[in-house]
Amino acid sequence: MTDAENTRSYKLRIWRQPDATSSGRLVDYEISEVGADASFLEMLDQLNENLVKKGEQPVAFESDCREGICGACGVCIDGRPHGPVTHLTTCALRMREFKDGETIVVEPFRANAFPVVKDLIVDRGAFDRVIERGGYISVNAGSAPEANMLAIGKDTAESAMDSAACIGCGACVASCPNASASLFVGAKIRQMALLPQGQVERTGRALAMVQQMDAEGFGDCSNHGECEAACPKAISIENIATLRREYLRAAFRS
Amino acid sequence: MDVEIVDGSLHSGAPDGPIETQWDRHRFDMKLVNPANKRKYNVIVVGTGLAGGAAAATLAELGYNVQNFCIQDSPRRAHSVAAQGGINAAKNYPNDGDSVWRLFYDTVKGGDFRARESNVYRLAQCSVNIIDQCVAQGVPFAREYGGHLANRSFGGAQVSRTFYARGQTGQQLLLGAYGSLMRQVDAGRVKMFARREMLDLVVIDGHAKGIICRNLVTGKLERYVADAVVLATGGYSTAYFLSTNAVNSNATAAWRCHKRGAYFANPCFMQIHPTCIPLSGPSQSKLTLMSESLRNDGRIWVPKKKGDARPPADIPEDERDYFLERRYPAFGNLVPRDVASRAAKHACDEGFGVGATGLAVYLDFADAIERVGHENVKQKYGNLFDMYEEITSESPYERPMRIYPAPHYTMGGLWVDYNLQSTIPGLHVIGEANFSDHGANRLGASALMQGLADGYFVIPYTLGNYLAQTTPGEATTDDSAFNEAEANVRGTVDRLLAARGKKTPREFHWELGRLLWDNCGMSRTSDGLKDTGAKIRSLRDEFWENVHVAGSGEELNQHLEYAGRVADYFELGELIAIDAYHREESCGCHLRLDHQSAEGEAVRDDENFSHVAAWEHTGDLSKPRMHREKLEFENVHLAVRNYK
Ligand SMILES: Cc1cc2nc3c(=O)[nH]c(=O)nc-3n(C[C@H](O)[C@H](O)[C@H](O)COP(=O)(O)OP(=O)(O)OC[C@H]3O[C@@H](n4cnc5c(N)ncnc54)[C@H](O)[C@@H]3O)c2cc1C
Ligand code: FES
Repeated sequence: MTDAENTRSYKLRIWRQPDATSSGRLVDYEISEVGADASFLEMLDQLNENLVKKGEQPVAFESDCREGICGACGVCIDGRPHGPVTHLTTCALRMREFKDGETIVVEPFRANAFPVVKDLIVDRGAFDRVIERGGYISVNAGSAPEANMLAIGKDTAESAMDSAACIGCGACVASCPNASASLFVGAKIRQMALLPQGQVERTGRALAMVQQMDAEGFGDCSNHGECEAACPKAISIENIATLRREYLRAAFRS
Repeated sequence: MDVEIVDGSLHSGAPDGPIETQWDRHRFDMKLVNPANKRKYNVIVVGTGLAGGAAAATLAELGYNVQNFCIQDSPRRAHSVAAQGGINAAKNYPNDGDSVWRLFYDTVKGGDFRARESNVYRLAQCSVNIIDQCVAQGVPFAREYGGHLANRSFGGAQVSRTFYARGQTGQQLLLGAYGSLMRQVDAGRVKMFARREMLDLVVIDGHAKGIICRNLVTGKLERYVADAVVLATGGYSTAYFLSTNAVNSNATAAWRCHKRGAYFANPCFMQIHPTCIPLSGPSQSKLTLMSESLRNDGRIWVPKKKGDARPPADIPEDERDYFLERRYPAFGNLVPRDVASRAAKHACDEGFGVGATGLAVYLDFADAIERVGHENVKQKYGNLFDMYEEITSESPYERPMRIYPAPHYTMGGLWVDYNLQSTIPGLHVIGEANFSDHGANRLGASALMQGLADGYFVIPYTLGNYLAQTTPGEATTDDSAFNEAEANVRGTVDRLLAARGKKTPREFHWELGRLLWDNCGMSRTSDGLKDTGAKIRSLRDEFWENVHVAGSGEELNQHLEYAGRVADYFELGELIAIDAYHREESCGCHLRLDHQSAEGEAVRDDENFSHVAAWEHTGDLSKPRMHREKLEFENVHLAVRNYK
């Protein structure tokens, strides 16, 4: 069946908030002729076209790659970051997952450290500031040794890649009852701690990143495990265990 | 459609002499900025993709003060993040015959002899340093059991020179550059301005000295001043509406620089990628790329009977046409992108296409699964198959994928010399935004290489050479040029908001995309191109009268941002058509039906078109002036590309 033949209608309740300082509220909309193969964001595009034509303000939401890798998109759909399908970003979610006539509630990611900018857009600058404090290996361009001087076991490289796969979308924070960023921070710390290149700065990195994470107002982790379930890249909660170990190790040494 | 043509006005500035030592000699000849003086210089870098991120970090490491801009909320989200397949480098780890020379040769030939030899040779040289740099940053490239780096063959290359990190190479390379950038932010040497859109270039006494940005949160226009500007704002495939690029990709910054005097080179060189998921419905916002690596094991075919609507499994072997294997026995399914795309389009145009729209061909893994087993195929392509199934709800393990070509990469871009400087002194252009290294067709896994080569290893030297000849801190934001540029931007914003017409920017963009796709797509004709420019022009006139942009300028307004980008595409679109019309030959991605052989292969005209067409804005969009840079091939001899 083609997209055109298989269309649906939905009732939408969408969070509208003009800017960071105003208060927001849920507003009801109706939409019809949504293709089953359309993505969730394409459905919102379609709504926005309709709103503009009626002289209303379109809904602001963030996206860029629209294929699940840039981490720009992300809204709460019926209370779940990125919606009902596990391990998918909002942009990769398809409307065939929703029943015809269903009511869908769409809200921004909620966390103290992620203030709303407008409608469904939040400010995730806190993530950048945590990385700024040490989420890298300090190497100036030009000073790197020949790449194959360093043999790294295939398993180690693969395991580091598992952590490095994080797209920085913030769903882990939005899903956590404490709004903790432990999964995000743990993933970066684990990637670097596994690799031989990351050893020199290992101690300082763990201390500085955790300190910044706390300063940004993210909550503590109390092992709810919601973050792993909400993560579109299925980053394992094991990364949080590593974060704890690395922090203790660093605190002990410093 | 006559245009004025100027010869002899453009010089690459590449040194003479043996190509192997050009870059070394040039580095020696360039001027250096005294280490103690570097902190006195301010540099603006627009863009945080592989090119911009690497450049901003590296310039800061050297001691310059850098102001870095991007549209997204974080530099880590630049469009480079989406690259899947890998990055080339002439490391020759597999010991299979690669070398700097071979990578150089393949790139010049793959570009169908429309790139500048000196730049390409330098790119091949720098490629080896890139891998070293990225590994040192902790990029988790794929490895062999012995712990050394793994390589694969990609995009039809005869050697295995592609490095990769699962299907997320671009993401991992970008996070490496982003890490280096964040380190410099922490050190106070880079000031990061996210959610800013550059809307004009400020030129003072002929030199690029600043930019005007719109703060995308507040809507306010902001002025930034520096001693030089580096533009790394990516490609313009989204002019075609549907493409594989991120939805915020745009030509705005490059186009505004063009209108300030930077020549735009080969705008019609646009790569159409053969393996994308076909269009499914009217609401679609982009086309998703399926990595080229799939062609290593997948076989492309269509039914031999026109309009055959049977499910693929019911079509017997002898009623299938494996058209790439048939037409190109030596390379088969691994022919270069332009050749594969054209063959697929040809099959569909002739009525052999499959799927609901007839605009798709099959990419079939049944043989591969039988040969190496389900598990092995899953290991290699599992995430791509999952992605395909998420989008189409069909499993490639059970049913061949349906694929169709889509706009993907722009070889054209702002003209730059060997120093990557545009025709405006002080404005340097790097990454996909420039035109320099890929000629008329880019090879797979070479864009990441170029972005990082430009950012880590070329611009740090060549920009230094420019800065060494300028006095730091001369310009200020009170200069009248800033007033004029800001007023110019404000004028455009006001005009967009004032129209209050009946059609949305998206509707206009869709129509423009159709015009470009139909006339400046995979096959082009003199007749079709002749009036494409005029059609774009009249659509553009309608746009300015009848567009409806919601909201105001003094707030976060994505609708306004989008409208501005579409407005610029209307201008660039006309130049694409003019350029395509005036290149009366076929080369690389640019197939002119009036210039092909009896077998339907592209026919170049080296005698008349072995040049770069760099367009100067004259004030009249329909009458740009063409400057020709003659291309000399002293090292790779001109030859017909033959993949038979
Ligand atoms: C789906 C896909 C897969 C690909 N896979 C591969 C691959 O496997 N191998 C390969 O070699 N190449 C690949 N490519 C091509 C490659 O990814 C790009 O050519 C390359 O990443 C471009 O990098 P860049 O740094 O030049 O620009 P981009 O990464 O596009 O970055 C542009 C930057 O400029 C900023 N910007 C743009 N306009 C403005 C403005 N007006 N004001 C302020 N900032 C602005 C953006 O915010 C962004 O930071 C792929 C491309 C696509 C679309
Ligand atoms: S838009 Fe990039 S991950 Fe969704």
